[in-house]
Amino acid sequence: MKPFLQILLAAVLLTGISAAAQSVPEIAFDSVADLPKLPANIHLGEAAGVATNSKGDFFVYTRTGHPTISIGTARPFAHGGSRLFQFDRTGKFVREIGQGIYGFLVAQQVRIDPQDNIWVVDQMSGMIIKFDPSGQVQFLLGRKAEAERVPALPLTPQPAQQAAAGAAAGGGRGRGAAPAADAEAGPRGGGRGGPPGAGAQSDVFQRPTDVAWDSAGNIYVADGYSNARVAKFDKNGKFVKSWGQRGSEPGQFNTAHGIAIDAQGTVYVADTGNKRIQVFDADGNFKTQYTNVGAPAAICITPGPRQYLYISNSNPPEDIDVNGEIYKMDLTGRIVGKFGKAGKLPKEFGTVNQIDCRNENELFVAEIGNWRVQKLTLRSN
Amino acid sequence: MRRCLTSCFVVVVLFVGPVFAQVKAKAQNVPEIPYESVPNFLKLPPGLYMGEAIGVSTNSKGHVFVYTRSANTRLFEFDQNGKYVREVGEGSYGFEFAHSVRVDPQDNIWAVDEGTNMVIKFNPAGRIMMVLGHRPDAVAGALASPAGPASPAEKYLFGRPTDVAWDPQGNIFVSDGYVNHRVVKYDKNGRFLKQIGSEKAGAERGQFSTPHGIAVDAKGDVYVADRANNRMQVLDNNLNPKAVYDNIGVSWTVCISPGPHQYLFSSNSNPNGNTPGSWDITGEIYKMELDGTILGKFGHASKQLGGFQVVHMMDCRNPNEIIVAEIESWRVQKLILEPLPAKTSAGR
Repeated sequence: MKPFLQILLAAVLLTGISAAAQSVPEIAFDSVADLPKLPANIHLGEAAGVATNSKGDFFVYTRTGHPTISIGTARPFAHGGSRLFQFDRTGKFVREIGQGIYGFLVAQQVRIDPQDNIWVVDQMSGMIIKFDPSGQVQFLLGRKAEAERVPALPLTPQPAQQAAAGAAAGGGRGRGAAPAADAEAGPRGGGRGGPPGAGAQSDVFQRPTDVAWDSAGNIYVADGYSNARVAKFDKNGKFVKSWGQRGSEPGQFNTAHGIAIDAQGTVYVADTGNKRIQVFDADGNFKTQYTNVGAPAAICITPGPRQYLYISNSNPPEDIDVNGEIYKMDLTGRIVGKFGKAGKLPKEFGTVNQIDCRNENELFVAEIGNWRVQKLTLRSN
Repeated sequence: MRRCLTSCFVVVVLFVGPVFAQVKAKAQNVPEIPYESVPNFLKLPPGLYMGEAIGVSTNSKGHVFVYTRSANTRLFEFDQNGKYVREVGEGSYGFEFAHSVRVDPQDNIWAVDEGTNMVIKFNPAGRIMMVLGHRPDAVAGALASPAGPASPAEKYLFGRPTDVAWDPQGNIFVSDGYVNHRVVKYDKNGRFLKQIGSEKAGAERGQFSTPHGIAVDAKGDVYVADRANNRMQVLDNNLNPKAVYDNIGVSWTVCISPGPHQYLFSSNSNPNGNTPGSWDITGEIYKMELDGTILGKFGHASKQLGGFQVVHMMDCRNPNEIIVAEIESWRVQKLILEPLPAKTSAGR
């Protein structure tokens, strides 16, 4: 029996299938799946983002309500579809932030910076919105497209379309690709002639996915689904540089879905489509990659002197019979352990889109598939 | 031009798939069950209006839940006397175009929405406990209406689902629907177990053409209103075809009463648009034994109280008090059936 197992293990290692996963220890954990207590007339939809502030309050950015496009207008305009809620550590509802705001269309991510400012990434408006702790808008990156193209072009960038759209609008996003919309949309149209997904040398995003900061306050945006780059801005929002294009080579991306930065300023990007974490220095120079965590979708880095990464190999929203586990990894790429699987029960995950890991053993996860936020308590080994 | 019109029409019909028609029931000499409609049953507060009454269901306390296509699709709760209680799931991401609401034995409220392709489980307090399906992402923008054949049915995605039911073990059955033509079985935790039918409509046993309603009896057998096939199909608990009842006209919606002696109700609803002649041959609801034996029928197409304008769903928790939701009268009626004169079976 034992030799057989060894042969089997060797075969698995040789074929490279889940080699790491074979020996990854399971981390025991508990879950509270109904922590946020909402008023009777408010319901979470797809929970895209969750983050805590320094007081332990948590914020949920959710796709809810009725995302709409107006009719009978000169051009069709998109409205609504996402809301941002704040809860205290016990789950008590504190308030709504940004109610009815122009940039909330399709929630993607919420992050809290060290000063407790609240940053929202909206995938459809293409905006990064910085609220101060009181909920006032501090500044913005990106601009929402004025109008929608109807019918929309396919979202997935096609090679030919990518080239054409790249020339016209700096990315594969269908909305900006129509010449008329492009002309009227103003800021779109940057990045002409650049490689596919490289985007504009500015804060024009194409379905951005995440935001992070280094210790100097520089801002890094993962951008995202239709672009394939990381854009860097100084702490005042002035464009510094951008790196990446669509592809699978080092430094290229196929859906840069999440970003995290450690205390030394090293940048970790969840490159979902390429099934790897790419590691860069603060100037975007490729350092290494970790390919042992499936298709990483959400990424979080713990604070403190000894930092860890949490990475979700999220299941796709249309299937709960694959993936779903979350990995704990040290900064060298060594996996410490993993936990969870896809499903609908507490302690199971439905397309985790964001992880909050302010506390190493007390995580919040936001689930697209299960319309909920779970608070997880890991039992440290 | 004429030739183009003809061929184009053929193409359109091929892609549209099921054609809904009015069908006169084959059953003959069915006893009429006398009934009265309770006037002014549901009392909405001022400023609140019912739209198309699409789904209706009661819980164990007799409270009435109505899923309605209003300006936005909304879900209202009334008490057993029709007094307005509250709105459930206000502004939910899952609500766009109502199709069914059902209350399970634990009084959880399940809404089926054919606009978002979601099945949403609310607990009795009105909080969302589980969702099945996935709403297409808004970031895709405004899409052209789909043309051509449906893409292959997936385990966890619906194509305009229509209804939901549970067996005594809590397994979940979804009729799906207008785009897919299948019945899907999930375990009580929402994990896919099996399906019958596919994305293609068909008229063979085990195939469906717009399965439009579903109910499960105490033994776990599954009854499917196979609407565009003008029949009801009965499946066993593992979704194997068991029987066909095809003498009751178009089976729009199905309901099974609880208790030791269960009854089966099916509505041969008059078609949308009140097509010429339709009032003469449709609009009645059949009361049956589970084996398909027809006990009687009641109702008729009409715009007046007591008549029906496209019954879309029925509640039969009490088999002598049927609550019906009508599409075209924007109305929910409570019907008090008089007891049947004698136990006669007719029209098999």
